[in-house]
Amino acid sequence: MSSPFALWAGPRIEVAPFRLSGTVYATLLNHRRSLEALGDAVAAAPYKGAPKSVVLAVKPCQALVAPGGDMQIDGGAEALEVAAALGVVIGTTACAVAEADALGHVAGFLVVCDCTLPRAGHFRPQIRAMARDASCVLGAAMMARAEVGDADTLAMRVFVDGALAQSSNTAEHVRTAARLIADVSDFMTLMPGDLLLTGSAPAGPRVRAGAEIAIEIDRVGRLETRVVAGAARLRA
Amino acid sequence: MKRARVAYSGALHEATPAGADSIRLADGRVVAETDVVWLPPFDVGTVIALGLNYADHAKELAFKPQDEPLVFLKGPGALIGHRGATRRPADATFMHYECELAVVIGKPARRVGRAEAMAHVAGYTIANDYAIRDYLENWYRPNLRVKSRDGATVLGPWLVDAADVEAPPQRALRTLVNGRQTQSGHTRDLVFDIAFLIEYLSAFMSLAPGDVILTGTPEGVVNVDVGDEVVCEIEGFGRLVNRIAGDAEFGRGGTVSSQGAKRESA
Repeated sequence: MSSPFALWAGPRIEVAPFRLSGTVYATLLNHRRSLEALGDAVAAAPYKGAPKSVVLAVKPCQALVAPGGDMQIDGGAEALEVAAALGVVIGTTACAVAEADALGHVAGFLVVCDCTLPRAGHFRPQIRAMARDASCVLGAAMMARAEVGDADTLAMRVFVDGALAQSSNTAEHVRTAARLIADVSDFMTLMPGDLLLTGSAPAGPRVRAGAEIAIEIDRVGRLETRVVAGAARLRA
Repeated sequence: MKRARVAYSGALHEATPAGADSIRLADGRVVAETDVVWLPPFDVGTVIALGLNYADHAKELAFKPQDEPLVFLKGPGALIGHRGATRRPADATFMHYECELAVVIGKPARRVGRAEAMAHVAGYTIANDYAIRDYLENWYRPNLRVKSRDGATVLGPWLVDAADVEAPPQRALRTLVNGRQTQSGHTRDLVFDIAFLIEYLSAFMSLAPGDVILTGTPEGVVNVDVGDEVVCEIEGFGRLVNRIAGDAEFGRGGTVSSQGAKRESA
């Protein structure tokens, strides 16, 4: 029997000048349109009111694709929904930090292409939709915080097969990057190399095997990937 | 065989049991179990946890049995070892332990069928998966603020080799708070058993050595307070001890947390 003490480390993810820790948290429902799209359902069962705390999902290392790799679709899925996100790369340990100090813990920013199965609701964690193998592609290069400037006014564009499929802006987020770091670090310490995705606009474009996806975030960069059926090529 | 990982005299060590209150380090030294710092007993990969996986506990929380397992993931900072302390925030009114059988993956599993599933298990340990019910909300429930808190998932003391355990384990489990039994159950009552969970998970998420599945808790969860000693036991696997600490020990006393501040203004 193989020993569990020899840890499989997942794909080694280098995002110059950083090696990521492999810990990735995605912020959910952080785009204003996310709750607006639900309308009166927000107040009804099972939700019974808008979320108060930050809503997050863990992206396990199985789901991560190192820069240059392909998005995978298999396991009976016909289409994936693209969730384009700005990724915050943590530079220094952040535990219970104040909002005013939060950005000081940020090394830089990254474009991330997260994909999920289309979800019917938001009541349960639904890891079958959101923690799929090779479903979260990371951008190739981190842009340093000083180069990006204000992370809360960044326009984002998603292209599928070359055509503009979705536009949004981080200014439409409920919580700013600083507010998110403060709220998350209140109960989970963020470590150097951890990645916090700040949220995605709802109803992202649906993609199938063969689709070419590109995501652009102003002042951060452009990520390109394609959707392949079956086992994905994890590295370029 | 049972193995632990401990810190002692400036280094990390693998350790094995040596009588009731002692452990033997790999270098031969025998030391009191209270003289080492216990870590989770293996390098932990992805932490996968089940909710409502004992019918009696689901009933206790007024939930109907489900047709698909309720699975959520935790971040790595949630984990601490045997004899550690877990913080109870001052504003919590209902924080409870959850004694769980933890299944440790030993070999990669991708689209593994039920019949082969148990061959992917390296061993077992005990988990105490705390929850703070005050922070539960109905969005991606149970949310990370409830279930992925720093130091609120206790793992250990031992990794028990699967080769030494019947498959699947048929074991009684229980929790004692300050020496009084408050929770008891039996792993035969799992709604979704280990083989099913490995088949279900590996269909969309590959499992790797070091990944761990916390299989859920039976009924009998009660509130714990600062100063309480919480002991989770699984028959033959050992006893996992934890202490509840207050905010002050973590430097949180006297200042309003950011979440607290936000709640007041919301």
